[in-house]
Parts: sequence; structure tokens; C-alpha cells
Amino acid sequence: MSKSERFSWFRFSSPQTFYPLAGTLQPWFAAAATLLCAAGLYISFFVAPTDAQQGEAYRIIFIHVPAAWMSMFLYLVMGFWSGVGLVLNTRLSSMVATALAPTGALFTFIALWTGALWGKPTWGTWWVWDARLTSELILLFLYIGFMALQAAIDDQRRADKAGAVLALVGVINIPIIYFSVKWWSTLHQGASVSMKSAPSMATTMLIGMLVMALGFWMYSIAAVLARVRCVILERERHTEWVMEEVGGQA
Amino acid sequence: MNWHSWSEFLAMGGYALYVWGSYAVTLLVLIAEIVALVMRRRGVIERLAKYYAARRRNHETEA
Amino acid sequence: MIRALGWVLRRDLLLAFRRRGDVVNALVFFVIVVSLFPLGVGPEASQLRNMAPGVLWVAALLACMLSLARLFAPDHQDGTLEQMLLAGEPLVVLVMGKVISHWLVSGLPLVLMAPLLGLQFDLPGDALAVLCLSLLLGTPVLSLIGAVGAALTLGVRGSGVLVALLVLPLYVPVLIFGAGSVGATAAGTGAEAHLLLLGGFLALALVLAPWASAAALRIAME
Repeated sequence: MSKSERFSWFRFSSPQTFYPLAGTLQPWFAAAATLLCAAGLYISFFVAPTDAQQGEAYRIIFIHVPAAWMSMFLYLVMGFWSGVGLVLNTRLSSMVATALAPTGALFTFIALWTGALWGKPTWGTWWVWDARLTSELILLFLYIGFMALQAAIDDQRRADKAGAVLALVGVINIPIIYFSVKWWSTLHQGASVSMKSAPSMATTMLIGMLVMALGFWMYSIAAVLARVRCVILERERHTEWVMEEVGGQA
Repeated sequence: MNWHSWSEFLAMGGYALYVWGSYAVTLLVLIAEIVALVMRRRGVIERLAKYYAARRRNHETEA
Repeated sequence: MIRALGWVLRRDLLLAFRRRGDVVNALVFFVIVVSLFPLGVGPEASQLRNMAPGVLWVAALLACMLSLARLFAPDHQDGTLEQMLLAGEPLVVLVMGKVISHWLVSGLPLVLMAPLLGLQFDLPGDALAVLCLSLLLGTPVLSLIGAVGAALTLGVRGSGVLVALLVLPLYVPVLIFGAGSVGATAAGTGAEAHLLLLGGFLALALVLAPWASAAALRIAME
């Protein structure tokens, strides 16, 4: 096979080629998200048994933990792509990073909100300033700061790169969120899901959480693909292909 | 089956406020995001269509 | 390189000395904000003693943040910053010099002023000592992190509030352990862990922040 015939993923690294790819893939991820979330909801309500100590309130875990996982994961992905855009000077990676931020912020909010609603009946308080909750709140501020910084800077490339520096500086917060329960034993319970030891919670609960997490992940990909398509259209509006694309739609 | 009646399901063992408060807000937030994305895409395409139309008109008057 | 550092340090200190108003304003802000709290919450001694670490630390944080506007913006406006970027010296060294001078002018006075203000809150002697030490370790970190925020928002509209939004979340761990150290001393549980963590933050910030600030400056000046 000659070099020009060999398939390379790099052909999708330009906004023009990525746009249709994102458009094709997005419905599939949306469908996967719907199926997985439906399955997760079924497990969380109809399969998982009532908890002996916490009663029905524990069912919030099926949203709280996956949302928290997504909030951290999306930040790392955002940091990665904005870092790539900073170092390699690629436009598309920065666009993807910009598209990731709102979804990440929303999952952080969901994690904080459901955490408060779970904390009240279980530990008697809506909020406590322990390490994990505080750093998750800081994560929300980091997402908002990233979006605010990019919105405030007019020059697009400067906005991308400045956002990248901010995102990378903030990456240090993620291990703090994750390991804080191990470093400081305060209110938030220690991790019960780990790679090495058998999980200490019932298997159905674990499966429910993993299914919901996968569902949220598929949802995030679908939402980010949709958003990055909007971002591409906005930023590449001076090109021929966008004009044709929009003209064909109007 | 965990629930023996619809009302039992809704009551969530007394924790209805917390459980449904969580699930409902989550659903709301995710739907709001989807709606916002749909509206954003429509807005972008509308604005760009107007922008190109205006640019075409400018070129025609100049030519 | 050391010579360049010394040069930047001397220049910035000289400029700050010439515009003493700016410097004194931040210090006066610190004093006023701290004094507002007893007026607001009432003079009950035990309540003030509990509040004191947090109030003093938050006021120091805000005073430091306000003074960030002096760090890069004036040099950016008169073109000196551009010259610094073009200079042969590593930008990291120049940034380090500016941060050190910023701390000497905006951070160190807070450290020296804090014991007096702590007396207003009826803090015991050992708590005052720990307060000073925690501020001594923490205010450089505030200057270092603030430099990253100031560099990112250089010349941007509404940069005053934006810097606060970017920098305050990163300040939170410093605040927690700084105020926590004084609280722990007052409660008798010992501030060693807190102060060691603050020291750790300082070491981390010394390594990472000048580099991130230099990168942000280059991005801002492209």
C-alpha cells in the first residue's frame, strides 16, 4: 500500500474534515447514551435492593458518583486537548477543549447538587467544608474561570492558549479531589471502588454505577460533538466550505 | 421487584424529596443542555446565513 | 542571570517606592477590612478569637489580589514588558524578580502588620506567632499564583474581576491551611501539619508558577 493510500486518523485533525465526522458519530453516541442511561436507571430503581442503613436515599449514588467521575474526567480531557492545542498549535484541539468546558461544569454542578441532597438525610447536613467537597467546588470555579477567560479575550488564538495555561494549572486539583478522602479522613466516605481490592459494596450497586457512568460518558461525547460543530461553524465562518455548508441548509 | 405500588415508588421510603430532587434536577440540567445546544446551532446557522447574504449583497453592489 | 534578577528587583522596588501611594493603599485596605469585622459582628471576645484566623487571612488574600494589577499591567502599557520578552535573559528569571518585588512590597508588610491586627481580635501569643509564620509562607504563594492570573488577563477588558475569578479558586488551599494553622494552634492541636503543607505549596509554586506566568506572558504578548 502506498503512503498516500494508507488511512491515518490525522486526516480528521482539521476542522473541515472533523465536522462531518462529528455529525455522523453524534447520533450514535446519543443513542448509546439513551440506552445506557435507561438501563442504569432501571438498575438503580428496580434491581438494586434497599440499603440497610441509608434506606432509599442511597439511590442518589447512581447519579452522584458517575457525575463526579465525569466532572473530573472531562476536566482531564479538556486539559489534555487544550495542552495539545498549546504545544502543537492546532486549532481543532482548542475548539474541542472549549466545547468540553460547559458539559464538564454541568456535571460538576450535578455532582455537588446530588451530593448535598444525599448528605442531608444521611449525615444530617447539606454541606460540609471537607477536602473533597471543597475541591469539587473549586473544580466548578475552574471550569467557570476557563469559560470566562476565553469569553473575555477577543483574539481567538490568544483565548485558546490562555485557557490552556489556566486549564493545565488547574489540573493539580484533580488528584486532590480524588485522593483527598485518603489523605484526610473527614466526612466524605472513603473510596469503595478500587482496581486492586474487591469492591466493598454490593455488586448490583457497582454495576448500576458503572452503567450510569458509561451512559454519562456517551452523553458527554454526544454533547461535546454537537457543541464542537457549532464552535467550528462560528470560528471557520470565513471559509468556503462553511459557506457552502450553511448555504445548503438555509 | 423493589416496589409494591406506584405510591411506594414515589415515596422512596420517605426520602422522596432528596431522591427525586436529585434525579429531577439532573434530568432537567441535561435536557437544558441539549435544548441550549439545539438553539445554539440554529442561532449560528441563522446568523451565518444572514452574514453571507449581506456579504453577497455587498459584493454585488460593488461589482 | 542573577544580575538580571537583581536588576528587575531593584527596578520594581524603586518604582514602587516612587509611587508609595499604591503600596500604602493595599496595606490600608488590609487594615480597614480587618477592622470592619469586629464592627460588623460585635465585640464579643470569644467570637472574634474564633473568626480571627479566617478574617485576617481572607483580608490578606484580597489585599494581595488587589495589588496584582500593579504587577504586569504598568510595564505592559509603557512597553517595558515587550523589551523584557525580547531581552536575552530567560523570561522566567525576570518574572521571578517581579514576583519577589511584588511580595516584598505587598506581602511582607501584611506579615508585619498582622500581629498588631491579631491583637484586635484577642488572639493569644502563640497563635499570633503562627499567624505570622503562616502568612510568611503563604503570601509568597499568593504572589506566585497571582502572577499567573495577572499574566493570563493582561490587557483584557474587565481584567480586575476576571483575575479574581481565576485566582481565588487556586488561593483556596492556601487559605484553608493558613487559617487552619492558626485555628489549630488556638485549639491546641498543633499547626505543624498545616505549616508543612504551606511550605509544600510554596515549593511547588516556586517551581511551577514563574514558568506558567512566563508562558502566559508570551501568549498575551504575541
